[in-house]
Amino acid sequence: METIFKVCLGLGLGILAWPVSAALNVFACEPEWGALAQELGGDKVSVVSATTAKQDPHRIEARPSLIARIRSADLLICSGSELEVGWLPLLLTQSGNDRIQQGSPGFIEASQYVVKLEIPKVVDRSLGDIHPAGNPHVHLDPRNIAKVGTVVTERLSEIDHASADFYRARSESFGKRWQEAIQRWQQRAAPLKGVPIVVYHKDMSYFISWAGMREAGSLEPKPGIPPTPTHLAELVDRMKRNPAKVVVYSAYNDPRPAEFLSQRANIPGIMLPYTVGGTEKAKDLFGLFDDTIDRLLGMLK
Amino acid sequence: MHRNLCCAVALAAAAFPAHAQDSELSKMREALRQLQQQVQQLEKRLQDAEKTASEAENTAAQAAAQASSRPQSESALNPGISAILNGVYANLSKDPNTYRINGFVPTLGEVSPGKRGFSLGESELGFMANVDHMFRGTLIASIAPDNSSIGVEEGYIQTLGLSKGFSIKAGRFFSGVGYQNQIHAHAWDFTDAPLAMKAFLGNQLNEDGVQFKWVAPTSIYFDLGVEFGQGRAFPATERNKNGVGSSNVFTHLGGDIGESIAWQAGLSYLSTSPRDRTFDDVDSLGTGVTNSFSGDSKLWVVDGVLKWSPDGNPTYKNFKLQGEYFRRKEDGSLTYDTLGQSQGTMTDGYLSKQSGWYLQGVYQFLPQWRVGYRYDQLDSGTTTLDLVDSGALTAADFPILAAYKPKRNTIMVDWNPSEFSRLRLQFARDYARMGEPDNQMFLQYIMSLGAHGAHRF
Repeated sequence: METIFKVCLGLGLGILAWPVSAALNVFACEPEWGALAQELGGDKVSVVSATTAKQDPHRIEARPSLIARIRSADLLICSGSELEVGWLPLLLTQSGNDRIQQGSPGFIEASQYVVKLEIPKVVDRSLGDIHPAGNPHVHLDPRNIAKVGTVVTERLSEIDHASADFYRARSESFGKRWQEAIQRWQQRAAPLKGVPIVVYHKDMSYFISWAGMREAGSLEPKPGIPPTPTHLAELVDRMKRNPAKVVVYSAYNDPRPAEFLSQRANIPGIMLPYTVGGTEKAKDLFGLFDDTIDRLLGMLK
Repeated sequence: MHRNLCCAVALAAAAFPAHAQDSELSKMREALRQLQQQVQQLEKRLQDAEKTASEAENTAAQAAAQASSRPQSESALNPGISAILNGVYANLSKDPNTYRINGFVPTLGEVSPGKRGFSLGESELGFMANVDHMFRGTLIASIAPDNSSIGVEEGYIQTLGLSKGFSIKAGRFFSGVGYQNQIHAHAWDFTDAPLAMKAFLGNQLNEDGVQFKWVAPTSIYFDLGVEFGQGRAFPATERNKNGVGSSNVFTHLGGDIGESIAWQAGLSYLSTSPRDRTFDDVDSLGTGVTNSFSGDSKLWVVDGVLKWSPDGNPTYKNFKLQGEYFRRKEDGSLTYDTLGQSQGTMTDGYLSKQSGWYLQGVYQFLPQWRVGYRYDQLDSGTTTLDLVDSGALTAADFPILAAYKPKRNTIMVDWNPSEFSRLRLQFARDYARMGEPDNQMFLQYIMSLGAHGAHRF
């Protein structure tokens, strides 16, 4: 027993002396915030994202590798509004890291800094897995990225004063490029105005609102409840009366329900990247919006 | 206003004397066209301004709606509340009141498969919230279905504000011995606990005490922890003394293999010194007697869990493999017939080395459907009773301790309409009783209300 304890202690001390990188560790719950932190922090930050574009951010588990990463994080950026309620609270209590707890400078809940959509008037689980604080998928309105970017820059500068000028310069450069990009996207996305669209989950609402599209239905019968045959059949019927122009799903969704509706109702269907890394072209935040708009425009032809 | 101007100009143009020269006329037309253009531009600007104003109004209205939707009253700071509802229909071929695990000292815990027929399982009521910037508190009460008691299943505080990977938990909590012991029964993949947990931990061990844990700053997950407890339940016994009644040391390693696989392995060592830990048996004369053990009980547990899902997205398909190996050594003295009801009270040495393990796999093959299989096996190992070796008594005086290898096969299928509800059907053939296989069928619902729970890996 004693020898084992000594071995464990020795091993523990050995690991304590492990070289830790000088860069600021950023823990992003979702890839879009990881990409934003990378844009703003450059080589002064080391970013890990808890989820990939192939993973449903509602559903991942508080696995050991995530606890290991959050333990050393200096800054945490998550969507919030209960998107990560099934795993983030556990990571926070297990982390033994006071820098990224709620209320500290290292904790950013992105959805707090934007105007949220779809705040339910009635909150009841019979309506599905709804978020009482509103739709948490805020990053698909490009203006929200700019708003959260300002907060990220502030916090980076606060945590790492020495490089504040560096972060400000990067923020200005990014802000300028981003505003130009928004102008460009607004022009490109003009034909999308008023176009009826069927989504898989309500994770496209901010894009739909920004581009002035119209949501004509969702493949999930209720948020968080997987598509059922009855609901799909009903949706096919509705599409025959009131056809949508396009049916979309995200990189982490099962493509089959969308393909089913697409064939039965004769509506083109396409996967959208949803976040950075969702498609080959969505390599960064710019690519995410470029590719989302391109893919939707491609469907209108 | 612009329209009026436009009309006036048009009328003026129309009323212009017809004999006016062509050049003058074309000049007038040109002026008119310019005026019309200006009017159109002005109108467009007005429309744009109106649109911007209405957009701003919308945004303001939304922001106001969000501000007003924030709860203003004291209830805004109420803790998260959750309730777990649990009901079972059980069909058991053997009387559950005679349940025992042959070869192992009975634990006095809730190890039996429960009632036959319909029964309400244990309902749980949970409250959890951050206490302040330093602490988080959790209280989980279990309400027994027979109206007899409300028990505190877990009631603990844990630190939020420590750094360098340290955290402390204090109060009553499920001990970090092994893997499944820390998980609430409603989140288990089968209706009941593995036989090894029933035999070595009295079903599930919750301890009153304090836990210190440290997570290493490495990219691979590594933790070290120690728990000091009162020793309120099996394998310990409550002792009226100061200091520590049970201690548990544990460590885990964990990580990812690619994006699809996550794993964790653990080792824990629980050490207690029970005094007068009693159990009932029937001796060779057929008389019910109470025996007791005093000494040291040391339990090693090796556990491992591996989860697979395509691209790390468990929504559609996932597989979970979980196993634990328990090894216990108990060294001390055994007192036969403490109440002197049969052949008189006698005490002598006792030494046992026993083990057990289980391995289970659960596969979610469709979004709402899972199937699972579990294999349990225990080995009563070697038990040395000095009372028997000295000839004072015979092995037949301790039938429950006779060598035996209990086994059990379990299969289950469950349907999960959402994250918050589960309906499960489970069949098991349980060889815990020597020579009396018990066919068990459970039909169970588990539903959770209120705050969205977060589950451990």
